[in-house]
Amino acid sequence: MKNKTYTKQFILLLILVVALCFISISLGSVSIPFKDIFAVFLGDETIKESWQTIILNFRVPKAITAVLVGSGLSISGLLMQTLFRNPLAGPFVLGISSGASLGVALLILGSSFFGGIAFLESTNWSIAIASSLGSFLVLSAVILAANKVRNTMSILIIGLMFGSFTAAIISVLSYFSEAQQIQQYVFWSFGSLGNLSWDELSVFITIYLIGFTGVFAIIKPLNSFLLGEKYAKSLGINIKQSRIIILVITSLLTGVITAFSGPIAFIGLAVPHIAKLIFTTSNHKILIPATAITGAIVLLICDIIAQLPTLEYTLPINAITSLFGAPVVIWLLIRKKKIYV
Amino acid sequence: MTTSKKHIVLETKNLTIGYQQKKAKKIIASNVNLAIEKGRFIALLGKNGIGKSTLLRTISKVQNQLSGDVFLNDKNLNKYSNKELATNLSLVLTERLPESQLTVFELIALGRQPYTNWIDTLSEKDIKKINVAIQLTEVEHLKEHRFYELSDGQLQRVLIARALAQDTDVIILDEPTAHLDMHHTFKIFQLLKNLVETTQKTILISTHQINLAIEVVDELIIMNGNEVISGKTNDLIEQNKLEDLFPKEILHFNKNLRQFTISKNN
Repeated sequence: MKNKTYTKQFILLLILVVALCFISISLGSVSIPFKDIFAVFLGDETIKESWQTIILNFRVPKAITAVLVGSGLSISGLLMQTLFRNPLAGPFVLGISSGASLGVALLILGSSFFGGIAFLESTNWSIAIASSLGSFLVLSAVILAANKVRNTMSILIIGLMFGSFTAAIISVLSYFSEAQQIQQYVFWSFGSLGNLSWDELSVFITIYLIGFTGVFAIIKPLNSFLLGEKYAKSLGINIKQSRIIILVITSLLTGVITAFSGPIAFIGLAVPHIAKLIFTTSNHKILIPATAITGAIVLLICDIIAQLPTLEYTLPINAITSLFGAPVVIWLLIRKKKIYV
Repeated sequence: MTTSKKHIVLETKNLTIGYQQKKAKKIIASNVNLAIEKGRFIALLGKNGIGKSTLLRTISKVQNQLSGDVFLNDKNLNKYSNKELATNLSLVLTERLPESQLTVFELIALGRQPYTNWIDTLSEKDIKKINVAIQLTEVEHLKEHRFYELSDGQLQRVLIARALAQDTDVIILDEPTAHLDMHHTFKIFQLLKNLVETTQKTILISTHQINLAIEVVDELIIMNGNEVISGKTNDLIEQNKLEDLFPKEILHFNKNLRQFTISKNN
């Protein structure tokens, strides 16, 4: 495809990412001046030790998490929209996020149900594993269905069905659970960008990078999908293989993100549309980095908004993304500035 | 001009086309024996539902044959990988393109995918081929437009340009004039005819524009019942092969006019 130069947009957006990261790091229950934050980054040992700990072990991991979650979910959304040629596709619609929720619900709520696994404490780690397993399971089911059903629209409906199926199981589980467990589950489902240690973050980054690298290997099939599957095949693309790679990448990214920061809605659906509006291209060579950067920006903004009302509390990130995402999608539809797949 | 030495690009031997449904076979046509030479313009005729698309899909490996063989450049179609096939045969389909923001240039450039590297970078050769395709189809002025802004006739030219950019010996078009008025239909036929002459590619179309096809194309393939016959247009007319295409009480073929006309007593 032809390369128009989007260097200017990319540089501006990257500067914005860095700026927002600093703003996000500066906000919190303890206020730390900008110059001291810089000093900590430059390795100044004279800054208060508690401030150093807060910045390096809490706020920096949180900012990194925001960037990973925002870009990862947005890329997943873009992949789903192109694969299913449907502007409403996203990790949520496919049931992948619901799978992750089911895994976590089984772990937290099910422990009273199945006494046997009660020894598994609901730590960050076990929640991460449960949610990855859950999303992987639903995704495998979707892949199996995808191999049987040729029609991409049917796959989308199957994904929705998986979503409502898992939601039903979760309501049944919560009906029989104790208040304390329900509370724990509800807190997880609010989503959170904080609370990740560097150990957890390194696992997060590793899996994220595997998925993110994979995305670049499928730019070519993604571009050919813009003409529809029949043309893609006539251009020498192995449809089945590309479809599976796309689904695996999506489940890796969505799975690991949901595992560590809860089910975060709307980013995957809304951000690709914003990126398409800014960059006005369908070429995935441009669109993938564009969507990733836009996603990071949007989530950093959401994170900053979540901090704003009081410096004592942080609002649940999931509420903010939906508050932000729903109007954006409605606005896009009403403005009828064509929605592109 | 060595007419004695024929160069067959596309050949079918005892081909049976149709669908495999569970255990039952639905045969659309059997004993299809075609031999299509390089540099010919061929029209596939037949009434609605007779299986033209099935035949085109089978010889372009979109769907499998029930039995028999298809040879493309003397190699069995089943032995082609997707990618290799993409450098020998290109398609122009009837279905609408999914919505996207592709520009005309980008759309035509997608035809180079079988030749580009893993990240889809266009080489100088790719750009050259794309520009040749753009010139031949006369869509230069549309290059920077988005494809959804085009009229049906313009879009068809662009899709033909995309197939040309793919640089294959054979181009198959499924009803390329389906949405077009008489004027644009004629222009597309004329364009395809010129392309065959200038590029020596083989172009096979299915069409319902029978009267026009008779005037323009070199050869016809006629699907009738489950018989498939082919040959030079004039030979087929001489052999009264067009008569049976439609019920005679409604449409009959007028040999002198070389056209189908509405039967008088109707």
